[in-house]
Amino acid sequence: MKTRICLLIVVLANAVGNVLLSYGMRQVGSIASSSPLELALSSVRAMANPYVLAGVAVLVVFLLTHMILLSWADLSYILPMTSAGYILVTLLSWWLLEENVKTLRWLGTALIVAGMVLVGGTPVSTTKKS
Amino acid sequence: MTFFLVALVVTGNAAGYLFQTMGMKQGGAIEDFRLGALTRTLWAAFRNRWVALSIPALALSFFAFMGLVSVADLSFAVPATAAGYVMETLLARYILKESVSRRRWAGAALVACGVVLISL
Repeated sequence: MKTRICLLIVVLANAVGNVLLSYGMRQVGSIASSSPLELALSSVRAMANPYVLAGVAVLVVFLLTHMILLSWADLSYILPMTSAGYILVTLLSWWLLEENVKTLRWLGTALIVAGMVLVGGTPVSTTKKS
Repeated sequence: MTFFLVALVVTGNAAGYLFQTMGMKQGGAIEDFRLGALTRTLWAAFRNRWVALSIPALALSFFAFMGLVSVADLSFAVPATAAGYVMETLLARYILKESVSRRRWAGAALVACGVVLISL
């Protein structure tokens, strides 16, 4: 039960955080530079945008919940299960934004659902320590 | 530049989650979800060196991804970084000693294929 609740928070926070972040980054404009240092500096400057800042705050919630989850669950269990976010984005863009979702994308979504059903049927934790 | 960024995203992410799992497993399963107790537990977790190491690794991956999507299409960035799934499952199997059954392998592979299809 606690695994499912934490997974739900992780998936939602990740999706919402990324949407806020990309919305904000589009306002900031594209980063065109060649050195990693310059890239890091531009990223820090982008933090002045309120959407970017809100996105980062939501992603911190994602990170903390992910840490809590890893205190008992396998990494190889969590990784495929958190890809539910892709399904969420597809459904939202089809349903809310009324975007035309390509057949290939539905096929990909179906594969992710199938993969999650398979992984969901394996034990959450397989290491002795937890 | 593009492939350098993909490599940074993938290795930063894999190393970050590997360290985070190692550190969080040392603290044992979190059972007390009251706000005060949770805050104390997480505060203590950040003082674990593996958890502390995972933050810069994940931050590196995060900033590299932001850089990547500014120089390449999202439809290239997402499947390119989905390659990390396979690598992370291998690391979980051989370094974290998790038992990855055939069923779990099959599921992880299906998810990775699905992510690639979605972003084509």
